[in-house]
Amino acid sequence: MAPLLLIAPCLLFLGVLFLIPLVQTIALAFQVHGAWSLENFNTMSGDLNFHDAIVDTFAIVAIAVPLQLVLALAMAMMLRGLRRGRDIVLWIWSIPLGISDLAAGLVWLAILTDQGFLNTILFHLGVVSGPVSWLSYETPTALLIGIAVAELWRATAIVLVILVSGVQMLPKEYNEAADVFGASPWTRFTRITLPLLKPTIQTALILRTVLAFEMFAIVQAIGGRNFPVIVGEAFTWQYTNQDFGVAAAYAVVIMLISLGATLVYLRVLRTPREQLG
Amino acid sequence: MKARLAALVLAALPWAAPLAHAEDLVFLSTQLRPVEEAQKMRDAILKPSPVPTTYVADVPQVVPTRLAAERQGNTHTISVVGALHGEIQPLVATNDLAPLDTLAAQLSGRGIPPALMELGKLGTAHQMYIPWMQATYIMVANKQALPYLPKGADLNALTFAQLNEWSKAVQAATGKRMLGFPAGPQGLMHRFFEGFLYPSYTGGVVRTFRSPDAEAMWTEFAGLWKSVNPNSASYNFMQEPLLAGDVWIGFDHVARMLDALRQKPNDFVAFPAPSGPKGRGYMPVLAGLAIPNGAPDMKGATALIDYLSQPATQIKMAQTAGFFPVVAATLPDDLEPGLKLAVGAIAKTQASSDARPSLLPIGLGTQGGAFDKIYLDSFQRIVLRNEPVRATLDRQAESLRKIMTETGAPCWQPDAPSTGACPVE
Repeated sequence: MAPLLLIAPCLLFLGVLFLIPLVQTIALAFQVHGAWSLENFNTMSGDLNFHDAIVDTFAIVAIAVPLQLVLALAMAMMLRGLRRGRDIVLWIWSIPLGISDLAAGLVWLAILTDQGFLNTILFHLGVVSGPVSWLSYETPTALLIGIAVAELWRATAIVLVILVSGVQMLPKEYNEAADVFGASPWTRFTRITLPLLKPTIQTALILRTVLAFEMFAIVQAIGGRNFPVIVGEAFTWQYTNQDFGVAAAYAVVIMLISLGATLVYLRVLRTPREQLG
Repeated sequence: MKARLAALVLAALPWAAPLAHAEDLVFLSTQLRPVEEAQKMRDAILKPSPVPTTYVADVPQVVPTRLAAERQGNTHTISVVGALHGEIQPLVATNDLAPLDTLAAQLSGRGIPPALMELGKLGTAHQMYIPWMQATYIMVANKQALPYLPKGADLNALTFAQLNEWSKAVQAATGKRMLGFPAGPQGLMHRFFEGFLYPSYTGGVVRTFRSPDAEAMWTEFAGLWKSVNPNSASYNFMQEPLLAGDVWIGFDHVARMLDALRQKPNDFVAFPAPSGPKGRGYMPVLAGLAIPNGAPDMKGATALIDYLSQPATQIKMAQTAGFFPVVAATLPDDLEPGLKLAVGAIAKTQASSDARPSLLPIGLGTQGGAFDKIYLDSFQRIVLRNEPVRATLDRQAESLRKIMTETGAPCWQPDAPSTGACPVE
C-alpha cells in the first residue's frame, strides 16, 4: 500500500497534465464539428506546406543529430584527456543550454541576415561585393545549412552533458588493460569506450532526436515562412488559421514520429542483458 | 512588462474606470482601448469638448450585448458609439441605431469623401454612422528611387504597370531588387491581395476570385515579383527594411511604416497604392460614430459628433492616436513632418478619382484566418512556386466556396451585394 501512496502524486500529475490532454488532442484530431472524421488529416496532407514541413524536419534531424553525436563524443573525449580546467571548459561548452531557443534563433539571424555579421566579415575579406541573401526562399540550401549550424550550436551541449556523465562512470580497468597490451588510442576508443557508452548514447540520441523533431523557435526566427517544419505548421494552424482540428492532427503526427524514433533507437542500440554492468 | 501587467490588472477592475457623472453623456468606444490611449482620449480630445462626456472603452463584442440589454431593460445610458465599420454593421439588423441623415446634411461642408459617407449608410437608405477616423495601407519610397520613375508617371496616380516599370528600372540601375512587400509570417500581405490587388484588377474579392481578370492579374503580379526583394518573404514591418536601405519602394499598413517616416522624413516620400484596370483598390480601416436608438442625450450626442469631426479635433486625433482625419483638414505647419507625409498619402488615396474602397472581410467569425490563407496560399503557389495560375485558382476557389457557405457571410464591398452567402463565380 505504501509504495502506491508514494507514487500516487506522480501518477496524478501525469494523468491530469499529460494523459488527459493527450487523449483530448487525439480526439480533437479525429473530429470535425463533433462528428468522427478524417477530414483534418485530409486538410493537413492536402496543404501546400505539409510535404515541405515533413521533408525539412527530417532533413534537419538527419543532418544535425549525427553531427551532434560525433561532436559531443569528440568533446567528451577531449574533456577526459584534460588535466586541468576541465570544469571551466565544460561550463563554457554548456552555455548554449542556458539560452532560450528563440534567443538563439535571433542571435543566428543577426549573424546570417543580409546586413549581418557574416556578410560584413565576407565583405571586408573581399569575398562578396555587397549583401548576399542566405536565408531567402531562393537559397534553400544556404537556409538549410544556416539552420543546421544554429541547431548544432544550440543543442550539441545537451548530448555532451549526457555523454560526459556516462564517460565518468566507465571503469578505468579495461582501458588500462588494453594499454598494457599495446592497443592504439583509436582501437581503445572503438573497442572499449564506444561499446561501454552504448546505453548512454542511446539515452542521448532518444532525447536529442525527439527534441529535434520538435524544433520550432529557432527555425521560426531564422527561416520564417521559407522553412516550414512540422511543429511550426501546428502552431500556424492553431493561431493564424484558427483550425484547432488540423493543429491537433499535426500534433498526432509529431507524437507518432517521436514514438517511432524512440522505438527504433531502443531496438537498434539495445544492450543484451548479460552485457549490462 | 510591468506597465503592461498593471494596465491589464487595471482594465480588469470595473471600478477602476472613472465613475460617470449622472449628467454626463456616455461615449462607448471599441477604439483607443489601452489604458494610456483611453486616457489621452479623455484628456486631450474630450476635455475641451463642448459636451461633458464619460469615455468608456470596451471590447467590440460588448457593444451589441450592451445595446440589446439596454433596449430590453428600457434603460438607455449610451448616447454615442464609436467602432469600426464591421463592428457597427451588425447593429443595423437589430435596429439599434438611429438614422443620422440630418446630422450628415449638417456636416456636408466638412469634406468627408462621398465614398466614406456611403459606407456609413451600411447598405441602407439612411446614414447610420458618421465616419470618424481612418487608417489604411500606403506606399513609401526612398527619394533615391525617384529618378527612375517612368516618364510621365505621376507618383500620386501610379498604376501597377508603372510600378513594374519603375522597379525594373531601379533593378537595372542598382543591380538589386528594391521593391518590398510585408509577406513575412506576421506581415499583412493578405490585406494587399484582399484590399488592393484583387479590387484593382477584378473589381471584387470573393465573386471574382477565379475570373479571367484574376488569372491575368496573378500572371502580371508574378512578373512584378521578379523585381521584388526576395527577403520580402520574411518582412513583417516594412519600416525596418526601408530604414536599412534594403528596400527603396515598399507597401504596408501606415502604422507599420510610420517609424521610417518619423525618423527620416527627408529621405522618404509617401503616396497611394497603385491602380489597376478596375480602379485604385484600397482598404480603408474606418471607424465611425453612431447614435443608438433611444439615446438619453440625443442633442449632446450630435454636438459631440460635430465636435469630433471638426478638422482641428481630427488633427489632434492623428497626433495622439495614429488614426487619420476623414474630413478635409488643413494641416498645421508645425505638424511633425513624418506624420504629415502619412496624412498626405492617405488623403490622396481616398481623394483619387478612381478610388475603390474595399472593406475588411465581414461576417467570417473564426474563419477569418482560413479566408486569409486562401489568398496567401494562392500567392505562394502561383508566385513563389510557379504553379499554373488557372489550376491553382480553381483549386483554391473550392476551399473559398466552402468557407463562404459554412459561414453564410454575404458579400461585402467591393463585391456586389448577395442574398445569402457570397458566391465564388
